Amino acid sequence: MRFLPMRHLTKRWRRLGLHVFKSRVKFTHSMVRALGHSSISLVHRLGDFALFTLSAIRETRRCRKLGRRVVRALFEQGVRCLPVILIVGAFTGLVLGLQGYHVLNRFGSESLLGALVSLSLVRELGPVLAALMLVGQAGSALAAELGIQRNSEQIAALETMGVNSHGYLVTPRLLAALLAYPMHTALFVSVGLWGGWLSGSLMLGLEAGVYWSSVERAVEPSDVQECMIKAGVFGLLTIAVCCYCGFNAHRNRAATGAHAVSASTTRAVVLSCILVLTADYVITSFLM
Amino acid sequence: MNAASSTTPLLSIRGLKKSFGEQVVLSDANLVVHRGQVVTVLGRSGTGKSVLLKCLAGIEKPDQGSIWFDGKELTEQAAETRADFRRRCSYLFQSNALLDSLTALENVILPLEQTTLLPETEVMKRSLEALRQLELDTFADRYPSQMSGGMQKRLALARAIVTQPELVLFDEPTAGLDPQRRNAVFAMIVKYQRQFGFTAVIVTHDVAEVLVISDHVALLDAGRMRFEGKPEDFAKSNDPVVIDFRDSPAALRQQIHGLRLNPPFV
Repeated sequence: MRFLPMRHLTKRWRRLGLHVFKSRVKFTHSMVRALGHSSISLVHRLGDFALFTLSAIRETRRCRKLGRRVVRALFEQGVRCLPVILIVGAFTGLVLGLQGYHVLNRFGSESLLGALVSLSLVRELGPVLAALMLVGQAGSALAAELGIQRNSEQIAALETMGVNSHGYLVTPRLLAALLAYPMHTALFVSVGLWGGWLSGSLMLGLEAGVYWSSVERAVEPSDVQECMIKAGVFGLLTIAVCCYCGFNAHRNRAATGAHAVSASTTRAVVLSCILVLTADYVITSFLM
Repeated sequence: MNAASSTTPLLSIRGLKKSFGEQVVLSDANLVVHRGQVVTVLGRSGTGKSVLLKCLAGIEKPDQGSIWFDGKELTEQAAETRADFRRRCSYLFQSNALLDSLTALENVILPLEQTTLLPETEVMKRSLEALRQLELDTFADRYPSQMSGGMQKRLALARAIVTQPELVLFDEPTAGLDPQRRNAVFAMIVKYQRQFGFTAVIVTHDVAEVLVISDHVALLDAGRMRFEGKPEDFAKSNDPVVIDFRDSPAALRQQIHGLRLNPPFV
């Protein structure tokens, strides 16, 4: 058996080492490039979204016949979403009452059931779940409607007529969201409290007076304020995102036509849900 | 109207260029449109006729070149000139682009309500008048989806003329219509053009009808104007591209002449 001379071995190792080094540099280079590209794209989209929302807000002053369109948008976001809010609110309260009663029962603190249900609903579950339900019902419909309007050149027609499409299509919906989301959240919380009472008092035998007095003692005006701030912010954010996605359905390079509309609707709902939970954490950490 | 404004073309397109990625759609398009004329832009599918119209309406941004309206250049910076152009110009989309969540009357009211300061009674009066002129007054409460194709076309025209524009851009107004309906639409355009006195720019494929209704014809080929002139000159032109486009039935006859069409199962 012959061994290669030492200098040959060194040469081979050196070559292999150089190859590994080169491929690592190449990999790192492409990774950094991809990261940079997606970061720039994200910043660009965020900027575009901010300009879109600001332009719609700015149009509030210039819009004509705004009241009528706000009422129409309120009907879409408000009246049509009423059943889902009532059903989900009631069952959330029922489950909270049921779970809360059995947990508190272990410690002999059933009297705190009202506080548990009310604080959970007012501080967190009410605004978050109501917003998620509204995104599913009104936000998705809104994104799809705007996507179809974009595809069938209705938005382009508005622009050629000299009508500001942001002002005409987006502004009334944003204003309606500022009203509809807090109202729905209040309704969600109220129905949820009654649901908690139903399962805690009526079904499991907790004294109704104990339940309601616990609710009254636990909830403070600052909690209600936090709840309404969250609802307003979620409304503004989610409806702006849904409008933005629907409005820009044609910019999707991967899909066209009906596929682009469905893709933009899905993106609108997913982004809105993520935004609701992110904003919830941020607002809670600021207000706590 | 003074002498200078009467000689200035209402619309002038100079050296317009537009590409989508690698694909060059308009390479050097030029067109002059005078007041009160019916100008038709002809061309095969995909030659950039609709893109030209969209550049005019501001839906697409040209890469190069300039568009002049009533002696003023339309640029991104000149917001006032562009706003003035939008007030004085209407665009009739190939797909009609009617707002499907609004009724016929609401569709016609929309541009007046949103872009003018007219009192509500005047807006209603003008809108109803536009619907009446296009024989749609009995369908005012109907939604576009409840109307036939011809009625939708008339409704789109009513919406386009209700603001009393000086220039109306028609993007393939007869696409997908049978010969009778095609004639009816062209007759309607000419009738209202004469009635309201607007200038019309029509993009279409229908050569035979165009030669009857137009004052000026342009043929767009490979992104530039291959022919520009009177319909009579277009009918006599010896340009091979013009001949190819104008005499397409004869060319078809020539292509299939001598072809032996055997039955498939012999």
